[in-house]
Amino acid sequence: MTRRGLVLQLAILAAGVAAPFVFPGHTVQLAVLWMMILFAMTWDTVGGQMGYNSLGNIVFFGFGMYVCAVTQIGMVYDVAKYTAATGAIKVDLTNREYFDGLALGVVFAALAATAVAAILSRILFGLRGPYFAIGTLGAAIAAAELTASWSYVGAGSGIAMPVFPGGPGERERFFYFTFLAATVLCFLFLRWLYGTRFGLAINAIRDDEDKAEALGLHTVRYKTIAWCTSAFFLGIAGALFGNMNGFIEPLEVAYPTLTFGIFMVAMTLLGGKGTLWGPILGAVLFYAIQQVTWTYLLGWQYIALGALIIVNVVYFQQGIMGWLKDRKPKWFGVRVEAAAGDDGRGGS
Amino acid sequence: MSAPIIEVVGVSKSFGGIVANRDVSLSVAQGRITGLIGPNGSGKTTLFNSIVGYHPIDSGSIRFEGQEISRLNVQKIARLGVLRTFQQTRIFSKMNCIDNMLISVPHRDSELGDMFRPYQGALRDKAEHLLEFVGLYAKRRLVAGTLSFGQQKLLEFAMALMNEPKVLLLDEPTAGINPTLINGLIDRLKRAHSEFGITLFVIEHNMRVIMNLAEHIYCLSRGELLAEGPPEQIQNDQRVVDAYLGVH
Repeated sequence: MTRRGLVLQLAILAAGVAAPFVFPGHTVQLAVLWMMILFAMTWDTVGGQMGYNSLGNIVFFGFGMYVCAVTQIGMVYDVAKYTAATGAIKVDLTNREYFDGLALGVVFAALAATAVAAILSRILFGLRGPYFAIGTLGAAIAAAELTASWSYVGAGSGIAMPVFPGGPGERERFFYFTFLAATVLCFLFLRWLYGTRFGLAINAIRDDEDKAEALGLHTVRYKTIAWCTSAFFLGIAGALFGNMNGFIEPLEVAYPTLTFGIFMVAMTLLGGKGTLWGPILGAVLFYAIQQVTWTYLLGWQYIALGALIIVNVVYFQQGIMGWLKDRKPKWFGVRVEAAAGDDGRGGS
Repeated sequence: MSAPIIEVVGVSKSFGGIVANRDVSLSVAQGRITGLIGPNGSGKTTLFNSIVGYHPIDSGSIRFEGQEISRLNVQKIARLGVLRTFQQTRIFSKMNCIDNMLISVPHRDSELGDMFRPYQGALRDKAEHLLEFVGLYAKRRLVAGTLSFGQQKLLEFAMALMNEPKVLLLDEPTAGINPTLINGLIDRLKRAHSEFGITLFVIEHNMRVIMNLAEHIYCLSRGELLAEGPPEQIQNDQRVVDAYLGVH
């Protein structure tokens, strides 16, 4: 890593740590910003780096959220009775019980989401191109509908999450910093991953999967692991978001295909898919635009956002980082290099 | 003739009502250059696809080093050391040349943990050496999709060498290349064969090329094996000439 890159990353981290103290009134929005960055980065692993456009990554988010909730409640109470009372039962938890439950819930959420990704991989990675996109969209809708009709987890009425033990502002700050940590961890992990053979392999699958197979790559293995990686971090994000929100239900909070599910894709496309920084840039920009339209164009916010997505997809397909790569290829190491004993013409 | 490395025995393959290969038997000798010719639509590429496991065959047997491979999938056959290049050149168009080379390392003994390792310096050196061999060293950091068609062919060839196959199946290596480049390519094919000891099995339409290159040639016509023999014999075989002129 270059010195400038390191300074930039430390500056971002410092700003992230300072943000909830500088803008204490916006802690939740800032926490969601980190979550959006995580959304875009994990979507890009499969959608950008590997070229499989998934419209169903939200499944892992929602599944993680529910697994975490059931774990947290199940540790101290009967889940079916708790959900049947639709929030009328208030369980008093000690600090210890709450945080133990949350920690275990997050771990279970991550593992369960990863397991779901492994199962879905076996079913859906037989599909390519638009068929894969539609298949994953179907999975997302099915997950929401199945959850909405399962009374053990509260069906459509959802679950009121255990109450965070702590004074005003502490809850927001706590979840802000857990989101910050999850996103930074995700970034570091993906940056490392893209630098290994795995990174090149998923790029090869994106460019020409048949050729990759012809070279003997274990394509199924790579595809499964790529999706499981996304699911792992999305499971964590879902677990945290459910607790920060305080209340979870299937359609709007856990499996919001039309908002978070589409935002993941839109943010990545805006920033430039298949790059490390593109999704991050896209998430920040998209979220800022979204917040502005929700505040000043209420009633028209989806039209404004839809217009942005259309302009992006029609006129600016390569996204910000892709555009930069086209304009300034040398910044990205694309250059002709003649060496001693080479005439520099290439070919013959 | 040395021991066969690939043995094709009585292979038939049809697509619906079209019989692409009927009862084809041939063998590729270890360490030699074998040619496969035939008019358009005679089933050459179908036979290649059958050997590398791209589609299942209807009947017959395909053995590689004595092992039956006709039921294995593409990846497994590639990992055994049977590699093919494509008639329509296929490279990873958004990756640079070095990355194209690195991803082509043999995946024969790769274990689960290997995928999370970076590429060692030795592999990078090898990649650069092979790029130099095909004359693409200076362009190694360029995105492969921006290379000319001929250069992409050379890159695909270098990628195949990086994979250290035992047999390399080349589907029309000189098709679409400008005539002055062809000599350079033949020279490199021959050098790859002698320096790296790779057995070559080549489909080729350019008679001058294949007669120069191959030591033994098979000719397909309408899905059936028409003739076989050394180049001189094939050149003078009236059936082969008739097949190309469409007498049948």
